[in-house]
Amino acid sequence: MFGQRIRRVEDPRLLSGRGRYLDDLGHDALAVAFVRSPHAHARIVDIDVSAALAVDGLVAIYTYDDLDGRTSEPLPLLIPHPTLNQGRTPYPLADGEVNHVGEAIAMVVASDRYVAEDVVGLIQVEYEPLPPVVGLAASRDGDALVHADVPGNVAATMVQEVGDAAAAIAAAAHRATLSLSIERSASMPMEGKGVLARWDADDESLLVHTSTQSSTSVRQAIAAKLSIPVDRVEVVTPDIGGGFGVKIVHPWPEEILVPWAARRLGQPVKWVEDRREHFISSAHERGQLHEVEVGYDDDGRLCGLSVRFWHDNGAYTPYGLIVPIITSTQLLGPYKPGAYRVEFQSMYTNTVIVTPYRGAGRPQGCFVMERVMDAIAADLGIDRAVVRERNFIQPAEMPYDHGLMFQDGRPLVYDSGDFPASLAKLKALVGWDEFDSFRAAARAEGRRVGIGLGCYVEGTGVGPYEGGHLRVETDGSVVVSTGLTSQGQGHQTMLAQIVADELGVEMERVRVTTGDTRRFKYAVGTFASRTAVMSGSAVALTARKVRAKALKIAANALEAAVDDLEIVDGQIRVKGSPGSEIDLGSVAVLSNPLRYAFDAGAARATQFAGPVDPTAPPVPEGEQPGLEGTDYYSPVGSTFANGMHAVVVETDPETAEINILRYCVVHDCGTVINPMIVEGQIHGGVAQGVAGALYERMEYDDAGQLLNASYMDFLMPYASEVPHIEIDHLETPSPLNPLGVKGAGEAGVIPGSAAIASAIEDAEGFPITAMPISPSELFALRAQHPRARHPSRKDPTLSTP
Amino acid sequence: MKPAPFAYHRPSTVDEAASMLAATEGKILAGGQSLIPIMSMRLAAPAALVDLNHVTGLADIDVSDTAVRIGALTRHGDLERNVAAYDANPLLRRAVQHVAHATIRNRGTTVGSLVHADPAAEMPAVLRLLGGSVEVVSTARGRRSIDAEAFFVGPLESALEPDEVAVSACFPHPPAGSGSAWLEIARRHGDYGLVGVGALVVLDSDSSGERGGVPDQRGGHPGARRRHRRLQRRGVRRGGLGGRQDARGRGHRPRG
Ligand SMILES: Cc1cc2nc3c(=O)[nH]c(=O)nc-3n(C[C@H](O)[C@H](O)[C@H](O)COP(=O)(O)OP(=O)(O)OC[C@H]3O[C@@H](n4cnc5c(N)ncnc54)[C@H](O)[C@@H]3O)c2cc1C
Repeated sequence: MFGQRIRRVEDPRLLSGRGRYLDDLGHDALAVAFVRSPHAHARIVDIDVSAALAVDGLVAIYTYDDLDGRTSEPLPLLIPHPTLNQGRTPYPLADGEVNHVGEAIAMVVASDRYVAEDVVGLIQVEYEPLPPVVGLAASRDGDALVHADVPGNVAATMVQEVGDAAAAIAAAAHRATLSLSIERSASMPMEGKGVLARWDADDESLLVHTSTQSSTSVRQAIAAKLSIPVDRVEVVTPDIGGGFGVKIVHPWPEEILVPWAARRLGQPVKWVEDRREHFISSAHERGQLHEVEVGYDDDGRLCGLSVRFWHDNGAYTPYGLIVPIITSTQLLGPYKPGAYRVEFQSMYTNTVIVTPYRGAGRPQGCFVMERVMDAIAADLGIDRAVVRERNFIQPAEMPYDHGLMFQDGRPLVYDSGDFPASLAKLKALVGWDEFDSFRAAARAEGRRVGIGLGCYVEGTGVGPYEGGHLRVETDGSVVVSTGLTSQGQGHQTMLAQIVADELGVEMERVRVTTGDTRRFKYAVGTFASRTAVMSGSAVALTARKVRAKALKIAANALEAAVDDLEIVDGQIRVKGSPGSEIDLGSVAVLSNPLRYAFDAGAARATQFAGPVDPTAPPVPEGEQPGLEGTDYYSPVGSTFANGMHAVVVETDPETAEINILRYCVVHDCGTVINPMIVEGQIHGGVAQGVAGALYERMEYDDAGQLLNASYMDFLMPYASEVPHIEIDHLETPSPLNPLGVKGAGEAGVIPGSAAIASAIEDAEGFPITAMPISPSELFALRAQHPRARHPSRKDPTLSTP
Repeated sequence: MKPAPFAYHRPSTVDEAASMLAATEGKILAGGQSLIPIMSMRLAAPAALVDLNHVTGLADIDVSDTAVRIGALTRHGDLERNVAAYDANPLLRRAVQHVAHATIRNRGTTVGSLVHADPAAEMPAVLRLLGGSVEVVSTARGRRSIDAEAFFVGPLESALEPDEVAVSACFPHPPAGSGSAWLEIARRHGDYGLVGVGALVVLDSDSSGERGGVPDQRGGHPGARRRHRRLQRRGVRRGGLGGRQDARGRGHRPRG
């Protein structure tokens, strides 16, 4: 099974409309809608609900004043960091001040969402507007403050340095400086967030369904905030229509408020986020400004690199500094920077919070580093691929220690990778060396084309751990659970493949459950491209444990030595002697000695079913009943995947439209469990990379209003905008885990802006320093660079009289 | 994103629809592809909807010697796929293919699009270019036909009175010996165009003339127009336009 293109077992169900998403559940539940701030920054003077009280179907209206116990405290700062000395998190409902458009002020519970929205429209909130801080420039000015007690709007300043970068740059033969910027985008899963809570008053327990990337941690958070013993709370993820990072943040205000209201009202309560809410009250990512200084020698080798950047973290910092820390470390990609200094400031603005979105800070870092590579190539007149090659970490240098601290608090050490081989594959795939003749032919037709590339390294599979539980049922089927969650990636298939191989059963007999705390209580979550590495390894170790137990019991039954046994298609047999075998289901029966025969299978395990050894206890010492096991995987560090993308673009000489003609990917995620799933992940990632490079941005005005908060105006590309993607794989196994795998989930998105900027620059002949780029922006750049090497073609057709 | 409360009426004849519309001061619901999003975002809250979808006889496409006439329930997709209409006037298909995506074209009506009068919409520009008309019915004033020129009053504003039901639209055939093209620039395929051009070139034996219609652009784009206009020009050289359409089509996905 391992390594095969197995079709995803989840697809028949999901594609034929039998998925069960959050809003498919809880038809008996009361519905919630929120009054959300229309102002980016304001004091709340008064909330008047009198006009709303008469609405038929209204159940309750809650404001901050209703919150009790720990629900009235700010939400947790999930990932504290010593340099984050000005961390701020919101209250579940605003306490007198709002810091971005969309912040929740009042919660309405009603018979259905229509009524709830009617009520929301009738609640009058009086505001005293405060000066909004929008964009990094305004934040850095510091004239107005997001939080009155945070000087200069600086949440944190962090510096890491290896060697003496300033001295290395000063001593270098060549120097360059670059100013680069990247705009905001967002995860934008098709299914927004949603929470359904049922309070069982008799049991004093909560059952919560939520569309999250971490059910175990939401469970802990709800228990803590609602002051309920944690064993009285269970959190289940139904099918999830995409996460892409935004659902790793938790607890969202609604994940506390909905269970809180359900307990208070004694009725099931449900909230399902709508698209506008998702735009203005979930999370965004990407917005950064970089100032780079670089020194290099005559061959284009880096001597020193110094990067200062400003990261827009929005109004609050619940997810700590993870995004800028990743940018600052993963910026280095496959290169040796010489001396390196990086300093960032994480800045408050009166906008939606910024938390990881697929790629999580890496696309920005990759864009910056690859712009540096292209700048060096342009300056020295060296082929862009050659400059990269000269700066690569070589395979013989693995494991490679950068001397920095990574996002998991552990040293940034690359475990494996063969960057020169990856680049060679990419050049062959795209036809790098033949491009000039294509360019010449295109130019002769009056067309503008360009080629670009981008290389990245991605720390994946970060710890601390994941676990797995596996049980063989008496019918021989295998039930597997792991605590982390699935958002549609194909985990059920991938994990079943691993179990089928390790245990020796048919894949169809394996059922996998994820993200259900009733089934598995210890987990971290789905993020950082970690499921195959973490849960894949944990489930493999678990299967090995259960296999050993099965062999022990079977050896006894077959009167054979354990070492002589093998398991094939669920049958345990003596190697090379057909006829003597026992199926796993029967072993499961034997593993659990019974008194009562509730069915024919169970009858075989009852006390009078066969001969007994009167001297031994029914369950042998040191064993447990049942053919099941649990195991965990916890690595010493992250495993580092890498990849390289090459893009061919054509830009329209008149309209400045940008068309992708070819998109080539070489990808190394170690051993590949299921190439079809990995390619699917790459396709989705590339689509989001193209989106971030050419289409998506968050269009805030100076007042902090998000002008394009709908799918009409936020240009998420359709299938028609996503190019055909050509993929080649390289497999350099990770030495860090039993499967040799590395993460693949986020990879596709990372070098999108870098490679596309490189290609546009190549087509146009002037530097591209800001992404995303629209046709209008390219048009304006052309006006600033009138001496660009392609004269504009003019052929009048229709003109107005 | 749930609409405010409204009353729902389901007439089965045009006359019934017209009288309900007058009585309720409501809105006609056709394909709902523009109206429902507006209501869900609570940008509009009509007290009543009069659902046209159960009125019989409004979905026909009638291709005569002189015109293509479509009913108020003819979906964009029906018009797009209708072979007789295409043979008589290829511009209709060429333009309607640029309206949104297949799923939306399968529900949205072409007459609804005319009434909605979005300055960035394709089919109002086509009606204007061809010099077509819209036929409307009200209880108070009966039946009347409004020429395209008079029909488009301003952005999202047509000459339809609040109590009038549009029952059909008539797109006259272009003259013999003519050719047409539709070009459009949008950020994403299927989006409303930033700018679009429909062109009709009419040739005769000794001279030639040309007519072009420009659907307006959206929101403050330089040169944006607030309503659909028809441009006319005479005495151009032969050729020109068709070739351009082919050039622009390169690299674009097949539509529909
Ligand atoms: C995602 C998306 C993309 C789109 N892209 C485009 C595009 O690129 N180009 C484009 O042109 N359109 C586009 N549209 C709009 C689409 O074409 C609509 O279907 C059309 O504009 C309205 O037709 P409808 O039948 O859906 O009308 P409805 O939404 O039902 O009604 C629209 C308005 O017209 C009135 N009305 C409708 N029919 C009648 C009638 N017979 N008599 C009186 N009043 C009537 C209604 O009361 C309402 O005010 C898009 C829509 C969506 C959702």
